[in-house]
Amino acid sequence: MSDTQSPEPKGAIAKFLAASPDSVGKTIFVAVAICLVASMIVSAAAVSLRPVQEANKLKDKQVNVLQVAGVYEPGINVTEAFAAFEPHVLDLATGEFVDDQFDPASFDDIAAASNPELSVALDDDPAGIGRKSKYRVIYLLRDEAGALDKVVLPLHGYGLWSTLYGFIALESNGNDIFGLQFYQHGETPGLGAEVDNPRWKALWNGKKLRDEAGDLQITVAKSQPAAGPDFYIDALAGATLTSVGVDNLVKFWMGDAGYGPFLTKLQAGEI
Amino acid sequence: MSQTKKELLVDPLVDNNPITLQVLGICSALAVTSSLQVAFVMALAVTFVTAFSSMFISILRNQIPGSIRIIVQMVIIASLVILVDQILKAYAFQISKTLSVFVGLIITNCIVMGRAEAFAMKNPPMASFIDGIGNGLGYGLILMLVGFIRELFGSGSLFGATILQTVNNGGWYVPNGLLLLPPSAFFVIGLLIWAFRTWKPKQVEEREYKIQQVEAH
Repeated sequence: MSDTQSPEPKGAIAKFLAASPDSVGKTIFVAVAICLVASMIVSAAAVSLRPVQEANKLKDKQVNVLQVAGVYEPGINVTEAFAAFEPHVLDLATGEFVDDQFDPASFDDIAAASNPELSVALDDDPAGIGRKSKYRVIYLLRDEAGALDKVVLPLHGYGLWSTLYGFIALESNGNDIFGLQFYQHGETPGLGAEVDNPRWKALWNGKKLRDEAGDLQITVAKSQPAAGPDFYIDALAGATLTSVGVDNLVKFWMGDAGYGPFLTKLQAGEI
Repeated sequence: MSQTKKELLVDPLVDNNPITLQVLGICSALAVTSSLQVAFVMALAVTFVTAFSSMFISILRNQIPGSIRIIVQMVIIASLVILVDQILKAYAFQISKTLSVFVGLIITNCIVMGRAEAFAMKNPPMASFIDGIGNGLGYGLILMLVGFIRELFGSGSLFGATILQTVNNGGWYVPNGLLLLPPSAFFVIGLLIWAFRTWKPKQVEEREYKIQQVEAH
């Protein structure tokens, strides 16, 4: 007899519980009942915990913006430190801010990428993202005198298993890289996931995007390209496809299809 | 029931340890032991899942049809794992990022399935629950031992607190990078199994082969 037997109905239910579990009817009943109960528990947990998880994700993203711009220290008040950053919604095609159309605090550029009105399908798609949002939320960090100090731009693209989501921080001249960091990816732990390795991330500091002729030269590769060490980041050992993915996504987002128009304006001092 | 509740709880720690004696759950033991904090959370998660899945399966054991019992067990285990994963994402976000896929992989951890099939299907709920806790703790004990060795000698710290000042941070200790890589857990677990079997010779398995004696002519 089962230990879960309910006390009141003695008739049909008791008979059903006592029946051999191997009959066809009971097999189907148990299968359906288990699935129903399990799915209810799982969905209840997922729905009720979602707000806390979303808050965590948002905070994690803010921490990553702080980290990539080099202002994060453990124990810092994240919300307060993040308030120093000016968010703007950027129209990628024109390089203009469109804060009057969208609220930078709530605009979700990842969700916008799957909205036909706010995004474009990509024919030439080296980053493997399918659709590109026309607008992205970027962050400006100013120094105490109010002069532009750093620009934090979001970028994403496909690695080996997963889409890597991250930020790149540029100096105010729009060409020198301050840092690159991914906040979400599903690459192989120990190999591709070494994109999170602090030593590898440190390689990005001080590199340049474009040479003096204005050509995009930044490269993640196994050996140094002709352009020289200023444009070269050593690929991750044992993670060729992740490295190629990072190379592609940085080139894509820093290129004309990505932040090109904005960076041109930044270099001309128009921001 | 020949085993008392205390035996159910204590036996899997050393005498019938799921990792060193039964050699189950090795995959996750390799993956999550490079830092103690992560190993600790993983041990808690596995203990929770093993205990409750054993209990629920035991409650239902007389109703589970033999032909679909593995699937029923999997559904119960998987639901509990998703529950743990959701709770970690909500309340221990950084750790859940480090554990990432490994929490999901508790579903396939042989220890959970093994206890469900070998123990919970034949024993009452309370005993199954304690058996689950015992096996989870046995798993956790090895995880903590391996994690202790790997974190101390691999990064010079314990639970993230510096014990041996490493050269990179201006100290004297040159960390052993191998210990941070998964293969090192194989060595450590192998050495642990050796130590356990030297201590308790009963655990040594009989040889499955015999060296043939050839008569000398």
